[in-house]
Amino acid sequence: MDILYKVFIEPFVFMGEAPDLLIQTLWEGLVSGVLYALIALGFVLIFKASGVFNFAQGIMVVFAALTLVGLYEKGVPAFLALILAALTMLVLAVVVERVVLRPLVNQPDIILFMATFGLTYFLIGFGELIFGGNPKEMITEALFLPQGTTELDMLGGMVRFQHLDIAAAVIASIMIGLLAVFFSKTRIGRALRAVADSHKAALSVGISLNQIWVIVWFAAGLVALVAGIMWGARSGVSFSLQIIALKALPVLILGGFTSIPGAIIGGLIIGVGEKIGEFYWGPLVGGGVETWLAYVIALLFLLYRPQGLFGEKIIERI
Amino acid sequence: MRAPDNPVFAKGDVLLAVDNVSLGFGGVKALTDVSFDIRKSEIRAIIGPNGAGKTSMLNCINGFYYPTEGRITFKGVKRPKMRPHEAARGGIARTFQNVALFKSMSTLDNIMAGRSIKMRSNFFWQLFRHGPAMKEEVAHRRFVEEIIDFLEIQHIRKTPVGKLPYGLQKRVELGRALAMEPELLLLDEPMAGMNLEEKEDMSRFILEVNQQYGTTIALIEHDMGVVMDLSDRVVVLEYGRKIADGTPQVVKSDQRVIDAYLGVAH
Repeated sequence: MDILYKVFIEPFVFMGEAPDLLIQTLWEGLVSGVLYALIALGFVLIFKASGVFNFAQGIMVVFAALTLVGLYEKGVPAFLALILAALTMLVLAVVVERVVLRPLVNQPDIILFMATFGLTYFLIGFGELIFGGNPKEMITEALFLPQGTTELDMLGGMVRFQHLDIAAAVIASIMIGLLAVFFSKTRIGRALRAVADSHKAALSVGISLNQIWVIVWFAAGLVALVAGIMWGARSGVSFSLQIIALKALPVLILGGFTSIPGAIIGGLIIGVGEKIGEFYWGPLVGGGVETWLAYVIALLFLLYRPQGLFGEKIIERI
Repeated sequence: MRAPDNPVFAKGDVLLAVDNVSLGFGGVKALTDVSFDIRKSEIRAIIGPNGAGKTSMLNCINGFYYPTEGRITFKGVKRPKMRPHEAARGGIARTFQNVALFKSMSTLDNIMAGRSIKMRSNFFWQLFRHGPAMKEEVAHRRFVEEIIDFLEIQHIRKTPVGKLPYGLQKRVELGRALAMEPELLLLDEPMAGMNLEEKEDMSRFILEVNQQYGTTIALIEHDMGVVMDLSDRVVVLEYGRKIADGTPQVVKSDQRVIDAYLGVAH
């Protein structure tokens, strides 16, 4: 009985008793949720347009952030370094389309998936070769990202908001909003959705698949750059960042691989869920819940709703 | 014997010429030494029994396949090996036998997608939906609304096309092709699976497009009544070879065509 009380009653009582702590946990969950959503968005962009699950998305986050910090360390002014890092992602997109996608077009999905593994290890090696393997500090000040914290008295307690977290949430939300509008309202966005629906029909109306692939990989690269700056500012720029990027996987399983709103909501659910789980239920199992809870949630979804919250339901006609 | 072309029905110059085209996939020959032409502003039908190579022919013309032998001349220029999106930009639009639409997009967006090749504003303006991109979007939207009025599909403007009945999907697909303002419109069985009323509507649209805008149309169709009514000239394929070419009247009375369709006692 004691264990049931601890699992089902005590955490909620605690939430009610200390609402300020609940708000604090929710806020932290939301911030990491928005960032997960941003990383997941990079996967969705590429998956929609080319049906490729891009395993290299995580390393692209690291690579983009490394390029930015690496250039700055070599004496390039911060904002120029930012532009150059964005251009590097454009070059990467062109190269990937030319060297990886184009020769492998019409191959089975698993082949393209394996090719993105190759790309991952290439980027790890290439990044280490140029910028070295040591962890670096994100250049938060040079990019004028705010520092410090605001403490608000509320609900009989104190809630802390890191300015950096606020900036991360705002910038990521703007980025997600821009991408959503771009996808639904513009010619290129329409072409992207067209390609996602039918390659054959897209070709027949004069949409070039190669051009679209460059655009989506570039967009995914820009998303990776923003995600890299934000995560980098929170936990340093190193190759271990790509482990965080793998959190996008449960986000995608939750939200559906083809849905932009799904990536956003999935990201928020995972972000908030793991923070709440860690804080209220973590002590029951000795902590560390945060590292695996997302995958357990994803597993449950796979059992009961494999297409995710917003994914297209696949109906096989016989 | 080759049925003679009837010059009376030539409304204009040769828009597209197919010369001695063969197409093989490994050991299988889909087309063997096929030659015919499509003239400006005519309706040209391609008919033949199942597996005769009609769709393969269309796929060659719009660049999905590249002929293993022979050449295709479009607007007087021999076509290099080209990909379908390049053919589309060159003025060739098409529809598909089994409807290839963007199923999750609305009717309006589907037809706007057909308008892509006419739009030129750059990535930057697009991103912020301002300046030239916005003006362009509005102008093209007007054109697309005209097509929607013409095809009488105003009521399904916002419906995702995947939810529409088959007959309407075919109509949207035609609309998307028309949005490209093509010089040559390829229709692969535009009336397959339709009931009589839908067939009559579709026939009317095809004729009106041809007459009002002078669009050249090449169509594959199984309904002989439709073919005889619509087309100016007919080319008949069987087992990848051309067996007849000429006006509907000439083709209809050609013994080889009758044999191909009805079978012949061996």
